[in-house]
Amino acid sequence: MARSVAAAVPQQRAAGVGGLIARYGWPAVFLLPATALIFLFFLIPVVTTLYLSLTNISIITFRHPQWIGLANYRALLADPFLPKILINTARYVAFTLAFNVGMGLVLALLSTSIKQRYGDQIRALWLLPRILPPVVYVVIWQGLTREAPFGLISDITGVSGNWIFARPWAAIILANGLVGASFGMLIFTSAIRSIPNDLFYAAAVDGATAAQTVRRVVLPMLKWPIMFVTAYQTLSLLTSFEYILLLTDGGPGFYTTTVWSLHAYKLALSNYSGNVQFGLGAAMATFLVLIGIVVSVFYLRIFNYRALVAEPKVEVN
Amino acid sequence: MPLFPPRWRLVAIGLALLSLPIAAGLIWLILSGLFDRVHGLLPIGSPTLQNWRFLWEGIGGRPPVYVPLLNTAVFAVLVAAVEVIIASMAAYAISRMSFPGRAAYLGLVLVLHAFPAVSLIIAIFYILRILGLFDTLIGVILVKASLELPLGIWLMKGFFDYLSWEMEMAALVDGMSRWTVFWRVAFPLVRPGLLALGTFALLSAWGEFILPFTLIVSSQRAMMATYLQSFLTEAFADYGVAAAVGLFYALPVLVLFILGQRYLLNIYGGGVKG
Repeated sequence: MARSVAAAVPQQRAAGVGGLIARYGWPAVFLLPATALIFLFFLIPVVTTLYLSLTNISIITFRHPQWIGLANYRALLADPFLPKILINTARYVAFTLAFNVGMGLVLALLSTSIKQRYGDQIRALWLLPRILPPVVYVVIWQGLTREAPFGLISDITGVSGNWIFARPWAAIILANGLVGASFGMLIFTSAIRSIPNDLFYAAAVDGATAAQTVRRVVLPMLKWPIMFVTAYQTLSLLTSFEYILLLTDGGPGFYTTTVWSLHAYKLALSNYSGNVQFGLGAAMATFLVLIGIVVSVFYLRIFNYRALVAEPKVEVN
Repeated sequence: MPLFPPRWRLVAIGLALLSLPIAAGLIWLILSGLFDRVHGLLPIGSPTLQNWRFLWEGIGGRPPVYVPLLNTAVFAVLVAAVEVIIASMAAYAISRMSFPGRAAYLGLVLVLHAFPAVSLIIAIFYILRILGLFDTLIGVILVKASLELPLGIWLMKGFFDYLSWEMEMAALVDGMSRWTVFWRVAFPLVRPGLLALGTFALLSAWGEFILPFTLIVSSQRAMMATYLQSFLTEAFADYGVAAAVGLFYALPVLVLFILGQRYLLNIYGGGVKG
């Protein structure tokens, strides 16, 4: 079919300059705006992050940064708080990931085991933390964790206090988890829905209990979705700091809940200390950018690249 | 699953209990916005308009609320429009045209879709300063739309791929240019995709916090997210006012949530980023 279209538009197949325009012209017109924005806000920033990390850029030297080689990286290694921040990052990613995937799986399995009307309502409710503006979500967290008699958690436990300060780790993991669980929940739900009904009937005829059906029929079919969600969320948790910034701001106290990405952000961009170490922050961000590139290229290789870039349907060139 | 476990009603009750914290949060927000004081989830005293005084007066040196409200609305609408149009154009080229480097371009889009864009925020701050777009609405709009472009291109490519192309072929044979075919034939046919991406982009931009927090400093260009956050960072935060502002700010989202639950489940179930 592609050939017949090509034959029907002969004027576009002229040789020479006209041919070049016909071949590259329209794709270039359609791709130009997207390409310009991708260059400006993805590709150039990647290079800029690397460049800034090798300079002494700060508030004072903002317009005229000087090349200082690897000094920022040496300063980073010499930072006595670095081990603490690394442990915090590992802890935050590991626990939040476990909650997200585990809770997502539980929600998907249970909400597909009941009447669809109720299942949909439960899933919609879990979508709410994701679509609410993050600052509103955090206002709710702050309100529920206040001291007695205002805070619900203080009222229920009978222990009055600011629960975010008392249990900062539980707060940031649960706050991120309630948002993150819906991602796995939705992906696992559609995976469960796509399992052929025959398998469930066959299991039932063989006398399998509900638990056995889940264990032997459903979970093996969810292997890929679980891997996908785990891989995807590891990367996004590693670089996300929005809810930590809003809930604890890395505290309480010194670096209690400061993770790598938050520390990079605060070094470079939060100027309350009056000493904005832009270059040092860029050095920390460089690690995140490099990990991000390596891991996302790696995903492309696993998740079946060739099938995704199959040739287009209509072709006039 | 086609067969429910024998005691599925118990499962449903268990699920409802598990979801209680989310429901409690929503109830707290509504009650705290409407009443003078709330203990746990119990309103104390009578409903009050005192929490809503931000609607008619600037509180504590902040600009009147219509300033951040208008900024956020302009921001969200323009981000969604830019994102939908530019992503559709690129997606159409990738879906319908053959050009050297097409596979590589699509590969780049896919890698960027998985790439955590927030790690670039330090460099983006620097670039906006150099371009003179720091502390401007145009600057944050371009950044927000750009960072979501890979997702948008990927989503729209799926819709164009799925479209039957007989109509486009007929139009091309009749001598319409690619440009006209795109705007007159293909673009209107992918309306469900435009709606899905537009809804996602609107919600995402409406809630955006980190970008305005980092790239905007003047209070005349504040957004609802930073406006609300400024109530939380006070030494003695007034939770009644914070809840009322939060409720006001989240109202469009809540209305959409109540009216379009099933639609939202479909959009967010369709592989939108999380």
